[in-house]
Amino acid sequence: MATIAPERPAAPAPAEATTTTGAPRRNMASKVVAAVGRPLVQVMLALIALFWLVPTFGLLVASLRPESDNASSGWWKVFTAPSQLTLDNYQTLLENNDIVQSFTNTVLITVPSTLLVIIIGSMASYALAWMEFPFRDWIFIAAIGMLVVPIQVALIPIASLFGDIGIFGSIVGVVLFHVAFGLPFAIFLLRNFFAGIPRDLLEAARMDGASEWYIFTRVIIPLGLPAIASLGIFQFLWVWNDLLVALIFTGPDSQPLTVYLASQTRQFGSSIDLLASGSFISLIVPLVVFFSFQRFFVQGVMAGSVK
Amino acid sequence: MSTTPPMVAQSGGRDDVPAATDSTDGSIPTNPTSHDRKGTWLAAVFLAPALLLLLVMVLYPIVFSLVRSLYDAPGSSFLGFGNYVSLFTDGNTLTALKNNVIWMVVAPTLVTALGLMFAVLTERISWVTVFKTLVFMPMAVSFLASGVIFRLVYDEEPDRGLANAMLVAVHDTFAPSSSYPGGRPGDPDAFPAADDGTITSAESVSTGSTVPIPLLAVSPDDVPAVATVAEEATEPGSDSAISGTVWLDFTLGGGGEPDVVDETEKGLPGMEVEAVQDGKVVGSTTTSANGTFTVSGLAPGDYELRLPAANFAAPFNGVTWLGPNLITPAIIAAYIWIYAGFAMVLIAAGMAAIPRDALEAARMDGATEWQVFRRVTMPLLAPVLVVVFVTLVINVLKVFDLVFIIAPGSVQPDANVLALQMWKVSFGGGQDQGLGSAIGVFLLLLVIPAMVFNIRRFKKEQ
Repeated sequence: MATIAPERPAAPAPAEATTTTGAPRRNMASKVVAAVGRPLVQVMLALIALFWLVPTFGLLVASLRPESDNASSGWWKVFTAPSQLTLDNYQTLLENNDIVQSFTNTVLITVPSTLLVIIIGSMASYALAWMEFPFRDWIFIAAIGMLVVPIQVALIPIASLFGDIGIFGSIVGVVLFHVAFGLPFAIFLLRNFFAGIPRDLLEAARMDGASEWYIFTRVIIPLGLPAIASLGIFQFLWVWNDLLVALIFTGPDSQPLTVYLASQTRQFGSSIDLLASGSFISLIVPLVVFFSFQRFFVQGVMAGSVK
Repeated sequence: MSTTPPMVAQSGGRDDVPAATDSTDGSIPTNPTSHDRKGTWLAAVFLAPALLLLLVMVLYPIVFSLVRSLYDAPGSSFLGFGNYVSLFTDGNTLTALKNNVIWMVVAPTLVTALGLMFAVLTERISWVTVFKTLVFMPMAVSFLASGVIFRLVYDEEPDRGLANAMLVAVHDTFAPSSSYPGGRPGDPDAFPAADDGTITSAESVSTGSTVPIPLLAVSPDDVPAVATVAEEATEPGSDSAISGTVWLDFTLGGGGEPDVVDETEKGLPGMEVEAVQDGKVVGSTTTSANGTFTVSGLAPGDYELRLPAANFAAPFNGVTWLGPNLITPAIIAAYIWIYAGFAMVLIAAGMAAIPRDALEAARMDGATEWQVFRRVTMPLLAPVLVVVFVTLVINVLKVFDLVFIIAPGSVQPDANVLALQMWKVSFGGGQDQGLGSAIGVFLLLLVIPAMVFNIRRFKKEQ
């Protein structure tokens, strides 16, 4: 969210958010207090951590049990009956055309949405940070204002607009929607970061006769990579995880995994095997992204948990 | 910025002659020269795709929705503020509005408080990273997946749903569950049952006698494996005891004789039996594997024999998380699970930024850890807490997926929130895009303070 914005959102500083807090810093008296309180705190936090892990773990285990077992007992029964574990649900999933199709759609929606936001957002941010033109600051302020605009206000108008131009129900439409609503955050994040790039570097390039396009692609983009990475991951996860936009703007052939799975929750009890394994598939990609780029993701979230 | 000859304005590939006089910083407009027209033209190229999208997909829709919200469902007749009135009068929408208020008050408060607690506590452990990663992880996962996760957790059947399984385990630790839920007397004339399930002998029983107590309606599943074939109790042989048999007076395949201990009928072990005199329990025992019991140590006389209701109470099966009463708290709990990590990370970053000198100085002056926290950390942390809270309020305002996934169709009206109602009335069957637009505009109005807050903050930073 805009509201968070540490001065230079993706600058190195906030990076250690998940990795460190300050080193222990206390005097004798508090050391004593700490020594007494520590084991208690340890246990409490261990329980809390467990509490945060177990539900997801339960989904994983449920996805590895046959439907009949899930219907008759809880996933924790595998601890006494490990033979229940099977990959059958995933096997079925791979043979389910709807799942395969919707997974493909998720990729087809997410990748262009992410790339386009990065490209269009960086171009605009470069102009807003380093070029001169009328109303420049006003445009930036307007973009900041748009950060919190709820998508609900755009759903109906865009649906009828897409209907008029014939892209309602297509992947193109969803992508456009995601790009448009990703742009305010992209501009907010990148413009601030680009503005922090040392002026000398740009001046030197201009001095050498470099074109704006050259400066943009060879100076700004490489130096702005940390912020671009944050933006990319954030947008990727947002689009990958989106349900509402796709629910409205996609049709049966273009629906992503989230929409397909959501439609299956109407018969929750009888489709746990499909839902558990399907949800796990839809969850594993974000988790991999999260663990691979944790630092950038946290920065992105810190800079703007807008949506 | 650079003052360049006005030539070659076209295409990204032209040469940009360096500036002789440049001294401005990025944000100060220079004097208008022909160069600026070129610069403007170029900037327009860079900005065009973004501006076009924002104009068409964000600004135009706002205007469109404002207008559309003033018209009726088909969009043909003008209603004025009629749709906005419905927002506060239409049953479903009003429920959604009320639930949104609950969400906006409860969820951000709890999430922020929990985030603060985690951020403070993790300062004391060595495995901070592991903890933070675990708690933050749900942020990366879709509401859909989280919703499915919690649908599993909230399954009402304690054998399947984790929440109720834990609740039942805790409950049964403190109040062991009954053994024979639903059991009722086989001979209601001799042993009538009270409304609460207590079974008491109709006539008083003298010490030294033997009493058969036939029961029915006990599910065979509830008869424990240790139960053996019921036997007639032997006479107590003393006048300070009463003996008897409690058994399931039901022969598989039929053929048993009522009120008689038949060959294959099983005793009901573990049944509590009380001897009552003048309303006071003076002796009690439990039945053995073949259903026999002996209440001993009684003064000779007449007693009522009683099987207390605890024997027959329906077992505690947890609560109906996904029913109309608990659905909103249940979904909010799932939301807290998702967002606590977000609050924790932001608050921890804020705490790391607090100058150590301030904390050390306070400790030097003899402040306790609590005082340091209360008087130094909290005030310095307040801006971060406000930001986290406001962010969450805006986020909660638009909550949709979680409610859509976790609330089963039949209780969705009870769990309704504005974003869900907006989808329902305009796309999910309602087809009233006038009311839908009004809800959209209403949500937009609610975030305007945040918009102003953001812009002012930005201006201050410049």
